[in-house]
Amino acid sequence: MKTGIGVFIAAAFALGSSWCGLVLAPSLQLGSAKLATVLNSTDTYPVQRNGDATLGLQIYRANGCAACHTEQVRQEGVSCEVSLTSLGKNKPEDFKPFAQSLLTLPEWLDHTKELSAAFKDWTGILPQVVLAKTDKESADKMADLLKAAGCKSETRIYAFGSDLSRGWGNRRSVAADFLYDNPVQLGSLRAGPDLANIGVRMADANVQLQHLYAPGAVAKNSVMPAFRYLFEVRKQVDGATSPEALTLPKEFAPAAGYEVVPKAEAKQLVAYLLSLRANVPLYEAPFTPVISAKP
Amino acid sequence: MNLNDNKLSTEAEINASLRVSVLALLGGAAVWLVVGLALGIVASLTFHKPDMFASCSLLTYGRVAPAANDALLYGFCMPAGLGVILWIFARLGQTPLALPIVPVVAANLWHLGVFLGLAGILIGETSGHTWLEFSRAASVLLFAAFLLIAVTAAATFGARRDRELQPAHWFLFAALLWFPWIYSTANLLLATNSPVRGVVQPIIGWWFTNNLIFVWLALVGVGTAFYLLPKISTRPLATTGYALFSFLTLVFFGAWCGIPAGAPVPAWLPTLSGLAGGLLLVPLVAIAIIVIQTVRGAKVAYSGGPFCFTKIGMIFFIISGLMYVSLACPKYSRVLEFTWFSPAQVQLQLLGFFAMIMFGAIYELLPRVMNAPLPFPKFAKLHFFLALAGVALFVIPLAIAGVEQGIKLHDANLAFADVNAAAVLFFRISTTGQLILLLGALLFALNIFVMTIQWKIALLKTALAAIKAPLPVSEVKA
Repeated sequence: MKTGIGVFIAAAFALGSSWCGLVLAPSLQLGSAKLATVLNSTDTYPVQRNGDATLGLQIYRANGCAACHTEQVRQEGVSCEVSLTSLGKNKPEDFKPFAQSLLTLPEWLDHTKELSAAFKDWTGILPQVVLAKTDKESADKMADLLKAAGCKSETRIYAFGSDLSRGWGNRRSVAADFLYDNPVQLGSLRAGPDLANIGVRMADANVQLQHLYAPGAVAKNSVMPAFRYLFEVRKQVDGATSPEALTLPKEFAPAAGYEVVPKAEAKQLVAYLLSLRANVPLYEAPFTPVISAKP
Repeated sequence: MNLNDNKLSTEAEINASLRVSVLALLGGAAVWLVVGLALGIVASLTFHKPDMFASCSLLTYGRVAPAANDALLYGFCMPAGLGVILWIFARLGQTPLALPIVPVVAANLWHLGVFLGLAGILIGETSGHTWLEFSRAASVLLFAAFLLIAVTAAATFGARRDRELQPAHWFLFAALLWFPWIYSTANLLLATNSPVRGVVQPIIGWWFTNNLIFVWLALVGVGTAFYLLPKISTRPLATTGYALFSFLTLVFFGAWCGIPAGAPVPAWLPTLSGLAGGLLLVPLVAIAIIVIQTVRGAKVAYSGGPFCFTKIGMIFFIISGLMYVSLACPKYSRVLEFTWFSPAQVQLQLLGFFAMIMFGAIYELLPRVMNAPLPFPKFAKLHFFLALAGVALFVIPLAIAGVEQGIKLHDANLAFADVNAAAVLFFRISTTGQLILLLGALLFALNIFVMTIQWKIALLKTALAAIKAPLPVSEVKA
């Protein structure tokens, strides 16, 4: 490269190609994304936030909550699980040998351990998981087999992974979850727990407010800073506690005759947190929501 | 010694033309370095005592932490890099700085922009996008200031008397093109009234962050090192061919990195980015070979000088690059994503790699440009050891904490609060590292400011002498 023009062209070409690939192409693919449809339903997703929650998103932004919290759940994979829900006319003692007989068939060789473990100490309690952690194909095959034997079964799709085991959601986060956010704050550090489903996990607004005022009152060992500036400590009017006042454990409670009430910002922030509910199955992230036959 | 009077006068002329511009850029940079490190310490205090700033919205972690990062990047790294680019272009081209007044104006605009941006973050006026937190007014100021300096640099580049391009030219010239492009794209698509929708926002954010924190800093830092290393060791860069190869692979692969493997976006994006991340090993290896071949056996007999700063900066660049590659590799990123490992990499890139190279360049250029020795040369030596110890104590514990956190997060039986509580010990060490870094930065700032004050006093004395001087006899008569 002897001249500035050569450097200019090389750099412009390198950056230009990545601009086309990582800025232009995603904008074309996702920029006009529409509402997604919830699986096995006609509902659309996501739901538009109410006014307070929309304002709360800005409180979340202004206070840099995303510095410590992610809003994206990961999963390691998707599996199927077949449960026996009804034996039909069969009796449990007849079904056991039937399950044993499957073990010798070549297509179930991979599942030998599971099948024998599932029915080892089985006393006829339903529903009973027959096949877990399997792919769709084997699950369908097993369901057909059980149907042919006159039993009823249910196949459940579920996602798994450590985030999901922690109860942070029941599927991974997908692009559709963030359609109504502006700015979209996915976060990149988990100094605090993931918040993609905090509205499901901590659905009580009062608990949320307590947590913002004194994190230690709700979560032991918490390293979250308290956000007392979102609250007002004021004198009780005529010695009566206002209905808005927080109920706090002794060590966090204000002096006698005083009460802690949330400012508008705190209420909006909580409204936003409660609106974080990424818990419906979508085409790109399926799962079976309810296990209907569970007693 | 009188080799060539003509040439000597040119050198003095070049230095004189750079003086005010470089001081304006670097003086402010030194202030922001101190401010950024101090804000970083305030941010990390929250982890030692979470309720410390419970009633003070200005100092809540979510505002101070991005402010600290932005002060380091936009306040220190970028103006320091721009000052060094102007110096290198003028020196390599054997030409005085073109339009010498423009960078002075631009430097003031830039520092004003950084001030407005930081103040905005602390009062909650932020865009909410990582590394783009500055308010709109501040972003416009930064953009305009950068363009002004880029124009000056390009004019100096065009006026060069030594027409041949050096490797440093390619890297630094590309950096001048890089920033306006990515900064305007990111600001226009993310921080306007009608931004792109949904998850396209973080995609563009990642693209911007990668191209700024990894590629831009690498272009300027490596370019500066490719100027300093041969110059100080008085031997040619080994070799120009490798340098060209590393430049091309760095810009082509580097520009595509940045989308994390687990991102909730269409799968082709993280796949492409991960591939580019793996290929990033190619320029890293090439650059490592160049540095080793150039400095091996070079006899430069002083410790703590610009040479040491530059060498250690390049070592940290390779380590930071390898950490970056590991974050792009799906196997490791599954564990390291969302942990302290990634902030550790960013801090290593900013403070371990880029700041070190800049310190080296500044200690090299300052005595020349000011035409005076450093007021406290011992502080410069001490600064080297403080910077080295500070970076090691700051970054290594953070990275280890990140790996541990990542492994523990994958074990759902461990309570989340306990996972985080385990990291506090590491934070104690890393906060110590930050304090040492701050001490080093203060010594650095002291050198620059005492030098500026001495220069201003000298100017004042000259002016006073001119005023007080008795009028020449001829004028009295008239």
